[in-house]
Amino acid sequence: MSTAANQYRAAPAILPAASGIRGVLSDAFWRKPKLLLFLMLLPPVLWLGVVYIGSLFALLLQSFFSIDEYSGLIKREFTLKTYGDLLQAANLDIILRTVTMAAAVTLASIVVAFPIAYYAARYARGRWKALFYLAVMLPLWSSYLVKVYAWKLILAKEGILTWLFSKLNLLWLLDGWLSLPIVGGNSLSVSFTGTFIVFVYVWLPFMILPMQAALERVPGNLIEASSDLGASPRQTFWNVLLPLALPGIVAGSIFTFSLTLGDYIIPQIIGTSRLFIGQAVYSQQGTAGNIPLAAAFAVVPIVIMGLYLWMAKRMGAFDAL
Amino acid sequence: MRSDRNQKTPLGLKIAAGLGLIFLHAPILLIFVYAFTTEEKSYQWPPPGLTTQWFAVTWNRPDVWEALSLSVRVAAISTAIAVVLGTLCAAAVSRSKFFGRETVSLLVILPIALPGIITGIALRSAFALTDIPFSFWTIILGHATFCVVVVYNNAVARFRRTSGSMIEASMDLGADGFQTFRYVVLPNIATALLAGGMLAFALSFDEVIVTTFTAGQQQTLPIWMLEELIRPRQRPVTNVVAMVVVLVTLLPILLAYYLTRDGDQIAGSGK
Repeated sequence: MSTAANQYRAAPAILPAASGIRGVLSDAFWRKPKLLLFLMLLPPVLWLGVVYIGSLFALLLQSFFSIDEYSGLIKREFTLKTYGDLLQAANLDIILRTVTMAAAVTLASIVVAFPIAYYAARYARGRWKALFYLAVMLPLWSSYLVKVYAWKLILAKEGILTWLFSKLNLLWLLDGWLSLPIVGGNSLSVSFTGTFIVFVYVWLPFMILPMQAALERVPGNLIEASSDLGASPRQTFWNVLLPLALPGIVAGSIFTFSLTLGDYIIPQIIGTSRLFIGQAVYSQQGTAGNIPLAAAFAVVPIVIMGLYLWMAKRMGAFDAL
Repeated sequence: MRSDRNQKTPLGLKIAAGLGLIFLHAPILLIFVYAFTTEEKSYQWPPPGLTTQWFAVTWNRPDVWEALSLSVRVAAISTAIAVVLGTLCAAAVSRSKFFGRETVSLLVILPIALPGIITGIALRSAFALTDIPFSFWTIILGHATFCVVVVYNNAVARFRRTSGSMIEASMDLGADGFQTFRYVVLPNIATALLAGGMLAFALSFDEVIVTTFTAGQQQTLPIWMLEELIRPRQRPVTNVVAMVVVLVTLLPILLAYYLTRDGDQIAGSGK
């Protein structure tokens, strides 16, 4: 096939069977698309299946082991003792505290995110729209630790927030808030209020994006129709806009809720000494060396998120992702 | 005819949206001021004076360089693995419908949908059960797993826009499967892969929650920062590192945005 004369011969209508390994493979893939599909899926599925699903099973398995209280060694035999330990009052307290915080953070994120998402979806056009998108995307992708660190600077007793309050002659308000039980503390950076603010800040973009996606799909003339028919802006908001945006809100709340449930760094750096689920997991596996209890603790957010996702699915949240 | 284009924005909405954006950005900008402060012992505001000496101090700290180098190596290898796995998976999912397709896409998304601490403790339990010692590679195992999803998201969005008839045309014109991939498919998806790769790099470079469970004694840059946050040794150095990290992560994100901005479901939305 490589002589000069051959070059000028008309190409056959049906190409000859390809030769060489490469040709054979290429033909095989064309004839049997299933084979190609299988080979393409094999590496990622194998990786995720073994590394990730395998690890999740290991986690589940560990939670049914227990720790020997005297030797500190892990006994590898099936028992429900670790789950019994999990249900102690102190641990239930941790779970309740974390879930309450996650719910509060989610609600606050919805309130703060809505104006941004609504403005970006309905009023921003062209260049402004791109700018808004970047303005949400950049904080989302900037370093998580740097964001937490920035808040440590802001909330510190000698930091900018105290300075701002004193310039506005509102120091009495800050002190009053800090003297309250539960939400207060010595300074904002060692109070639940501080933890709450930082959680809202760090997860806010995760709420804005799906909310905006849902609001983009609400036709503007629906809102005009509502006001033409005599609804006040308030009525339009509660009866037209909110129900239509709900799938997006639920989708965003999956992120804010799940991320708050699992975080252990924010409450450790900004907050009180009372633990959250993530911190309990971390300290059980680390200093205490009690991997079974840590694993059992980690099963709690999985179960809560499972329920949450199931409810979200029924509300149609996944169509908005 | 829709008439919502030339409507006036309610003032209250404008203010609320503006305040929201200030809330999102002011803390990050504050970091830049603190990198120049002369105050060493506290987080005092306003800074008593400004100086650039901490940049030199940071430059001469070997522990910062070691952490940075480990982070870059981990991110580079994890990104490479994630690009290969994510592209394969995206190609398979978008070119055909098969039994278990939904399961595969769920499998890819799961590591990022579940809280990081679960991925972390799961890997930790698995290493404990199989007696795998912590090393450079255990960090990579974790990072690559959750980086697959960002590459996958970008690649799937691009495959959806790439018409299948181009591949058929290429084959009809006599190209074999490999040539078609090299000359038709790859040029079409290259920018999406690049964007996904950069986001994966940024994600891995910044990851701390999973890493604390898989790193053992080694320090990536985020772990170094976490240590400084819990037990501050030299606050100004932390300020400088924080500022540099912001600048370093900014670039890949902006680039990824420009690579995918026309029409794709855009790069970052699936962190």
